Amino acid sequence: MAMADNRVSREIAGFPWGLWLRQIAAIIRLEVRKNFLGRRALWIYLLVLAPVFLIGAKAFMPSHEGEWSQFGKAGIVYAGIFQFYYLRMGIFFACVGIFTYLFRGEVLEKSLHFYFLTPVRREILVVGKYLSGWLTAATLFTISVGLSFVFMYVPYGSMGGDYFAKGPGIGQLLAYTGVTLLACLGYGSVFLLMGLIFRNPVIPAMSVLGWESINFLLPPFLKKVSVIYYLQSLCPVTLPSGPFAILADPSPAWIAVLGLLGLTLAVIGVAGLSIRRMEISYGAD
Amino acid sequence: MESNIVFDNVSKFYGEVLGVNRVNLSIAPGITSLVGPNGSGKTTMMNLMTGLLRPSQGRILVLGIHTERPDKLFKKVGYCTQYDSFPKGLTGRQLLHSLLCLHGRTQGESAQGAKKALEKVGLTDAADRRIAAYSKGMRQRIKLAQAICHEPQVLILDEPLNGLDPLARSEMLALFRELAAGGVHIIISSHILYEVDLISDRVILLNRGFVVAEGNIQEVRDEMKEHPRQIFIRCTKPNVLAARVFELEQGVEVKLHEDRRGLLVRTRTPDQFFLMMNQVVLDNDLEVEFVAPSDDDVHSVYEYLIGSESEIL
Repeated sequence: MAMADNRVSREIAGFPWGLWLRQIAAIIRLEVRKNFLGRRALWIYLLVLAPVFLIGAKAFMPSHEGEWSQFGKAGIVYAGIFQFYYLRMGIFFACVGIFTYLFRGEVLEKSLHFYFLTPVRREILVVGKYLSGWLTAATLFTISVGLSFVFMYVPYGSMGGDYFAKGPGIGQLLAYTGVTLLACLGYGSVFLLMGLIFRNPVIPAMSVLGWESINFLLPPFLKKVSVIYYLQSLCPVTLPSGPFAILADPSPAWIAVLGLLGLTLAVIGVAGLSIRRMEISYGAD
Repeated sequence: MESNIVFDNVSKFYGEVLGVNRVNLSIAPGITSLVGPNGSGKTTMMNLMTGLLRPSQGRILVLGIHTERPDKLFKKVGYCTQYDSFPKGLTGRQLLHSLLCLHGRTQGESAQGAKKALEKVGLTDAADRRIAAYSKGMRQRIKLAQAICHEPQVLILDEPLNGLDPLARSEMLALFRELAAGGVHIIISSHILYEVDLISDRVILLNRGFVVAEGNIQEVRDEMKEHPRQIFIRCTKPNVLAARVFELEQGVEVKLHEDRRGLLVRTRTPDQFFLMMNQVVLDNDLEVEFVAPSDDDVHSVYEYLIGSESEIL
C-alpha cells in the first residue's frame, strides 16, 4: 500500500502519466477479454473470416482454365474486395459492433458503474476503452486482410510468389494493412462517440453508412467530409469509377493520414468531454 | 482537512420528477443511516455523493473533494450500490483484482488486496467461481468486497443487507461496526429499521425528496414535542404509580399491562415523570424490574414523522 501511494504521489508533481498508463492497461485487459471472448464476438468473427474462407476456398480448389491470363486482374479484384467488402461492410459493421458496445453495452448490462466507482478519470476510461476496441478490430482485420491478400495470389503459383518477392505485392499488402488500421481508428472513434451519446446508436450508424455509401455521388467538397474518401485515397490500387460517379482528385497521402488521425483525436476529445457529464441512471435506458 | 460530507443546497430533478430538494447537510464521521420509504431519495442521495448523478443545483463535497473528481474521490470512497449486475465472465477474485489494478496498484498488490477483501466478506471459498453462478447473498458479499477492497475512508452502502441470511446479516453488521471503530465513515440505507437502530450513531430521515429530520436519534426524538414520550415500566403495584401520573401537568395517558405487573405511560414531561416515579418507588416500596422508553428508536421516530406508508420493517 505504502509503496503504491509513494509511487502515485511522486507522479503528481506533473501529470500522473505512470498511473494513467497503468489504468489504461488495466482497462484494456478487461475489455479485450470481453471483446474477443464475448458471445457478441461471434458475428464479428463471421465478418472477419468470410472473405478469408471464400478467397481461401478458391485458392486451394483445382485450377481453372484461363487462370493464368487472369493474373493481371487479381490486383483489381482484390482492390474491389477490399474497398467494397472490407471498408464498406466488414470493418464498418465490426466497428459498429465493437465500439458502440464499449459504453452502450455496459449501460444495457448495468455494469458501467463499476468503472465509475474507481479513481479513474473518465477521459482515461474513454481512451482505455477506445484502445481496447481498436486493438481488437485492428488485430482481427489485419490478419483477415493479410490472409485474404496472400490467398488471392496462391493460385498463381510461382508467379504469385514473384509478385511478393520481386513485384509490388509486399508494398500493396503493407498499404492495405495501413488502410485497415486507419479505418479501425477513424470508424472506431466515430462509433465510440455514438455509443456514448445515443441511446440507440444503430440509427446514427446507419446514417453514417448511407453517407459513406453515396460518397461517389457527392461533389468534391462534400466527399472530403467522410472517412471513406481518405481511406480510398490511400489504397494502392485505384478502382475504375462507375458511370454515375462524380470525379474528384484523391487526397495526398499525408493529408489523408493526418486528416484521419486528426478526426480521431477530435472525436475522442468530444467523447472525453461528453463522458464527464454522463450519469448512471440505468432505469432511463 | 474537511472530515465531513457536505451537501450544500443540493437538488436533483429527473426531468420534472423530484429526486431530492434543497438538501443542506454536514455528515460527521461515524455510522449514519439514511431512512425513508421507497422513492424518498435515499439512493439518489448516495448516487449524488459518489458522482454517479450530478446535482441539478448545489454542490457536494466528500471530505473536501468535489464529486466531479472521481480520480480523487474514489481513493477515499467505496460504494456498494443496489445494482445487482456485474461485468460478464469474471470470477469474484478477478473482479476485485481488476478493480484494484484500476486503482493503480501492481498485479501483486491487487492480488493481495483482493484476497484480503474476500476474506473479510467470507467469500474465500467461492473466490474463483464466476459471479454469474453466485447466489443473491454471495453477490451482495462481492459487492461489499468491491466497496471495501481499496480500504476507503468513506463507505457508502445502499441496502447492503438485502439478500443476506440472518447469520450473514449479523456478520456484516459486526464488520460495519469494526470498520467504523477503525475510523471509517459509514453511510448506510436499509429498510430494516431495527438493524439501523442497532448500529447507527445518527439518522437522516427522508420523505419525498426532503430531509425530514437528521441527527442522533435521541436528539431527533427530543425535538418532537408534539408526540408525548412513551415509557414502559415493569414493577409491583403499578396502579399506585398510575394514580400519581395524573398529578403531573403533562401526563397524557396511562395503560396498565394485562398481567398487572407493568404500565405504559405517555407524558410530555419525561424528566418530571422520572423524578416523581423515584419518589413513588421510595414511598411505596415498589419493586421495579424494568424502565425503558418505548418510542425513542428509529422505528418510532419514523412512524411519527413519515408514517407507515411503505414496507419498512
